[in-house]
Amino acid sequence: MTNISVPALARVEGEGGLEIVVSDGRVTEARLDIYEPPRFFEALLRGRRYTEPPDITARICGICPVAYQMSSCAAIEDACGVTPPEPVQKLRRLLYCGEWMESHALHVYLLHAPDFLGYESGIHLARDHPDLVHRGLRVKKAGNLLMEAVGGRSVHPVNVKVGGFYRAPDPAKLTALIPAIEQARQEAEATVSWVSTFDFPDFDRDYEFVALRHETEYPITQGRVSSTGGLDITPAEYDAHFTESQVPHSTALHSALDGRTYLTGPLARYSLNSGNLPADVQQAARAAGLGASCTNPFRSIIVRSVELLFACDEALRLIGSYEPPDPPALDVPPRNGTGYGCTEAPRGMLYHRYTITEDGTITDAKIVPPTSQNQKAIEDDLKDFAATRLSLSHERLTWECEQAVRNHDPCISCATHFLDLRLTSGQPAIQAVRRT
Amino acid sequence: MMAHDAAGSPPRPALAVWKFSSCDGCQLTLLNCEDELLAVAESVSIASFPEASSQVMPGPYDISLVEGSITTPGDAERIREVRAASRFLVTIGACATAGGVQALRNFSEDLAPVVYARPEYIDSLRTSTPIAEHVPVDFELQGCPVDRRQLLEVITALLAGRRPNVSKHSVCMECKRAGQVCVMVAHGTPCKGPVTQAGCGALCPSLGRGCYSCFGPAPGWTFLPFTTREPVRAEEVK
Repeated sequence: MTNISVPALARVEGEGGLEIVVSDGRVTEARLDIYEPPRFFEALLRGRRYTEPPDITARICGICPVAYQMSSCAAIEDACGVTPPEPVQKLRRLLYCGEWMESHALHVYLLHAPDFLGYESGIHLARDHPDLVHRGLRVKKAGNLLMEAVGGRSVHPVNVKVGGFYRAPDPAKLTALIPAIEQARQEAEATVSWVSTFDFPDFDRDYEFVALRHETEYPITQGRVSSTGGLDITPAEYDAHFTESQVPHSTALHSALDGRTYLTGPLARYSLNSGNLPADVQQAARAAGLGASCTNPFRSIIVRSVELLFACDEALRLIGSYEPPDPPALDVPPRNGTGYGCTEAPRGMLYHRYTITEDGTITDAKIVPPTSQNQKAIEDDLKDFAATRLSLSHERLTWECEQAVRNHDPCISCATHFLDLRLTSGQPAIQAVRRT
Repeated sequence: MMAHDAAGSPPRPALAVWKFSSCDGCQLTLLNCEDELLAVAESVSIASFPEASSQVMPGPYDISLVEGSITTPGDAERIREVRAASRFLVTIGACATAGGVQALRNFSEDLAPVVYARPEYIDSLRTSTPIAEHVPVDFELQGCPVDRRQLLEVITALLAGRRPNVSKHSVCMECKRAGQVCVMVAHGTPCKGPVTQAGCGALCPSLGRGCYSCFGPAPGWTFLPFTTREPVRAEEVK
């Protein structure tokens, strides 16, 4: 095995590196080095008004700002002891469907599919298969149009506030989107069949999955924090079970569940909740070869496509039964207390906790994004995956290891609290890899 | 440097997209030009765009779009290399043009111990600063995130060899032009529109909400987006 060094892992959101140490023909260490510069959001929130986190925390991630807005609203409303009425909850779920559509279409078509098909990017893929990429872009656009209609704009929506929305969208504005979302729904169905024909390595894992679980819904905005290991708690009990620790090679904190490594994201959501998917979506999943759960991370592209189909389905259902919330937002007076919120970002569960004072000042904030929760599981994947592939060419192994990271759609801007891949043989490398 | 097609068609300008400390939202705005993305990709050679492509070609680059602010010693060095390799350097977004929301730290004590148990592992500058404080910048496009139409105008203009036609006035002008009722006058809602750079299409007032200045200061004003401090006239700080 010769030294392998890739200066930057592309097609991920953010900056980081990856290091695999091979010693005497064995993989002894695999590390995801995250060097995305820290931005100290949790500290910046101290002293701010309790109404500000939806706008400020949205800026943690341009790909999933709605997730930050929804988890922060849920936590602050919990602290203030209010629960917004059903029409507000449904409109939030509709906005979130737009984000799932946009983010999943981006990852499936532009970031992940090129790995399976041997292209360097979605743009390179488009040179040979323009129709495929145009299809992906249309689905993505439908998601963005939905976010614009409900949220004002798709990156950092402006219509979300603690308690609800500034203005409820006019029903005609949402009805006008139905043709585009119906087309996206059909194209998402075609996406599920298309990605199911890719070649997947045999790599089933013994993950403990963590996701929200809900009695009737496929979880997006609400549910109990649950795991395949038997965890079943409210978001308020999160801190009693999940701990974060700092490691020298990362500006993201590593998470553990009662000391154990776990995985959140589409595989976890699907495996814990596939029974709650609408019958036609379940049927599409089965036709694509999925069972009730999925433990091969390379097949996450199928699960993500199934969720894309679900998001289109759900958006159409919610628009069909839309009643503008009146008033668009509940009045939320501040009070002393701590509140907790968990929602399902496209790439996994996102936890927020805020402590506020009676006059509405934030005194403490905690944010646990999905990628920092998944960091250890991604490293374990890499270590075990690389170990079975050491006979491959250097170039091929590097490609497949990068793909093994992209399986989990890491968002490092979120986790930092980027990626460059370096495989080292012999001496373990100590320094985190800096991008040049 | 112009990249030549294998077919021998005219050379296409080399475009690079760089990320510093940011949320990726301004780069995503380029990927969100769903109707135009593939046309843009055909009129330039995408020489480096790590978020979208594994292919990284060496400079020099005709156009560099820079997202993000400078918050680490390594990035302060890297932006000089990007500048040296770029003919036109355009900063996009509030982070690159003003330091971003993370520049709120410039007004506080060291924040690393608040977030990290072992702050000594963190290699971070005390301040978050805009790109123009480190290297000369050819054009700045404000916004958090930048507006898609304005971003396309900047790319189109640079490809055509002309100056980008990006309005330099306040949100109020856009709001009036859209025929919206002033939220401040009619409802007493505090609105930062008068001091904020246009480009969003007066989105917040269109929803009955006061502008919160995510596009940063209009010409003549200076303040940091997301700050709780009052805006000041630019001449007062000169």
